[in-house]
Amino acid sequence: MLLNIKNLHVSINGKEIIKGLNLGVNYGEVHAIMGPNGTGKSTLAAAITGREGYEITKGVIEYKGKDITKLTPDQRANEGIFLSFQYPVEIPGVSMINFMRTAIDTRREYNGLGPIPPGEFLKRMEEMKKLVEINTKLTKRSVNEGFSGGEKKKNEIFQMAMLEPTLAILDETDSGLDIDALKVVARGVNALRSDKNAFIVITHYQRLLDYIIPDFVHVMWDGRIVKSGGKGLALELEERGYEWVKELVEN
Amino acid sequence: MKTNQKNSRLLSSLLSYYPRLPENSNGHPVVSEIRQKAFERLKDIGLPGNKDDKWRDSGFMDIFNREFKMETEPAPYQKTINEIFECEIYDFHSEIISVLNGHYYAKDPEEIRTLENGVRVGSILTAQKEFPGLFDQYFGKIGDDQTDGLKAANSAFFKDGVFIYVPDGVEVKDALQLIKMVNEQGNPFIASRNLIILGKNSKLTFMHCDDSINHLSSFINTFTEIHVGENATLELYKLQNLNDESALLNNTFIRQGRNSRTSAIVLSLNGGKIRNELHIDLNGEGAETDLSGVYLMDKEQHIDNQVYVNHLVPHCNSKTLYKGVLDNKATGIFRGYIYVKQDAQKTNAFQKNNNILMTSDARIDTMPFLEIYADDVKCSHGATVGQLDDEALFYLMQRGISRENATLLLMNAFTSEVTSKISIEPLKNSIEDMIKKRLRGELSICDKCILHCTVPDKPVEFEIDLSKI
Repeated sequence: MLLNIKNLHVSINGKEIIKGLNLGVNYGEVHAIMGPNGTGKSTLAAAITGREGYEITKGVIEYKGKDITKLTPDQRANEGIFLSFQYPVEIPGVSMINFMRTAIDTRREYNGLGPIPPGEFLKRMEEMKKLVEINTKLTKRSVNEGFSGGEKKKNEIFQMAMLEPTLAILDETDSGLDIDALKVVARGVNALRSDKNAFIVITHYQRLLDYIIPDFVHVMWDGRIVKSGGKGLALELEERGYEWVKELVEN
Repeated sequence: MKTNQKNSRLLSSLLSYYPRLPENSNGHPVVSEIRQKAFERLKDIGLPGNKDDKWRDSGFMDIFNREFKMETEPAPYQKTINEIFECEIYDFHSEIISVLNGHYYAKDPEEIRTLENGVRVGSILTAQKEFPGLFDQYFGKIGDDQTDGLKAANSAFFKDGVFIYVPDGVEVKDALQLIKMVNEQGNPFIASRNLIILGKNSKLTFMHCDDSINHLSSFINTFTEIHVGENATLELYKLQNLNDESALLNNTFIRQGRNSRTSAIVLSLNGGKIRNELHIDLNGEGAETDLSGVYLMDKEQHIDNQVYVNHLVPHCNSKTLYKGVLDNKATGIFRGYIYVKQDAQKTNAFQKNNNILMTSDARIDTMPFLEIYADDVKCSHGATVGQLDDEALFYLMQRGISRENATLLLMNAFTSEVTSKISIEPLKNSIEDMIKKRLRGELSICDKCILHCTVPDKPVEFEIDLSKI
């Protein structure tokens, strides 16, 4: 199993947000996590990636068979965990191209490799830019600076494609995207899917899952996964609404 | 309210030393008169006090009661300045001018050099005798602040300094680089004075470097007058890398004529106490000025930047951008003054000051002062004080970059808004390297100029490649 989360409890400023969550993800799988706002979906992403201020009070997160809860965010990233941010950050003064090269070289160094040869780097840039239909002008700018909402999300997928993570978490990558951009993002993800990696797709809506077909769908409610199923669960949710989940939980 | 200090060791040392001031003998009458008047004023008003609005919270007050040495002898010329202090910027050629302990330092200090196209460079004491006409016309014409005892002290006590004259229509190819150093025991008070004249349609790049070559303490009081003629272009760089025992007061007054352009970049990398006053008079229509600064202070260092932009005539543009990082217990002040005279219509004046405080003990006071008497102007100002952006830090770390390198990268990105303005590529690379070293805590004063760092046989190595970021 690639990721095995057992009885996870996470607090922010002493307030418990995740209250005993279990989730297992195998290589080659795509898991969708759905649920209304404030049920702990983004907190789960933050806990897996090691964001400061998200205190794990109980439980373990096993990744490739090891507990990673003591690792720093950069160590987890270098172990192959990638987060596509819900709100990608603008970093003026740091150029996209050098940011990418720095990230790749850091990862390679972590794995005992030398810096990426410039030719190889540029070739990969070109390929991945095509994949997510990202403009060369954007990669010459500072990270996310002046990018539109859609461009920022595409840029996340571009970075993911460049870094080839083992576990990619997409946190509401579909929010704020028009249908064309959504298709581009989905195409990027589908092109990268293989039996050597896995995806966790966090979303409110079933829409994205028309393009990224999940193997499993989980519904979160009040810090727990309350229902799991196949891709049909997403459609059922779409049809019956979250009120249905509320009833399920209450009964 | 003015409450100047009339009782301090520094003031009494100055007052008792004046009759013995060697530089006062056989000077140009115009200069002697200015010295005498300034001395009378100093006697009258004393030194700035901490209740003086323009000196409030200044870190300088506590040095006024130290014991100072007034007399310094000109050092005999034995070595070129490059042998004392190497300041090489790879692939960058500059004409070096040096001032040691306030005295003009050259093989023949009495010689006014003539460079290509009639550009004259030399000691200000010599120049006042050789060019009395220029002195009558320009010397002491700007920066005559009646209320500031330290400016008066400079006018009365300056030992020497640099004179530069660029004739009309001459574009000076290589930058002129003034390297000022102190090598004197006993906590000297060192006043030096510079006069720079740019004729019509001329162009000059001037670097003003204050460096330490040891850990001796001193109080350096520098005063520079720059006259930028009609349609002339001045690029001014100030580089300050002094030891923690140094106090530097750097007053610069620039008067700009019609359609002239000035860009000034002030880099305060290290120093115990630094106060930079930069005064710009936009005195001819169509003049433009672009002022920026970076300050990186730590330990208990103090930085004070006072920027005055005076729009005296219509149709002038000014931009001010200062950015600072303060660590440990460092303190700082930024005061940005924009004055728009009543008939200075169609003025554009913008001002920005951004600060990052690395600790809760670091402190910055940032204050804009806008005085606008014209009604058809565009003015804006903004100031921020904050910590390093946690969101951005996490974003970088999530891509695998260590906290240390992510922090460095963000601070470097923060200052790059200023350094990207440096138009001379080798200089820009050297300065960016210095900033990186400083931010990594590797830059301290050394026997050799840290600008040496981009010479190919001494490459600077970083864990991550920041070369093009």
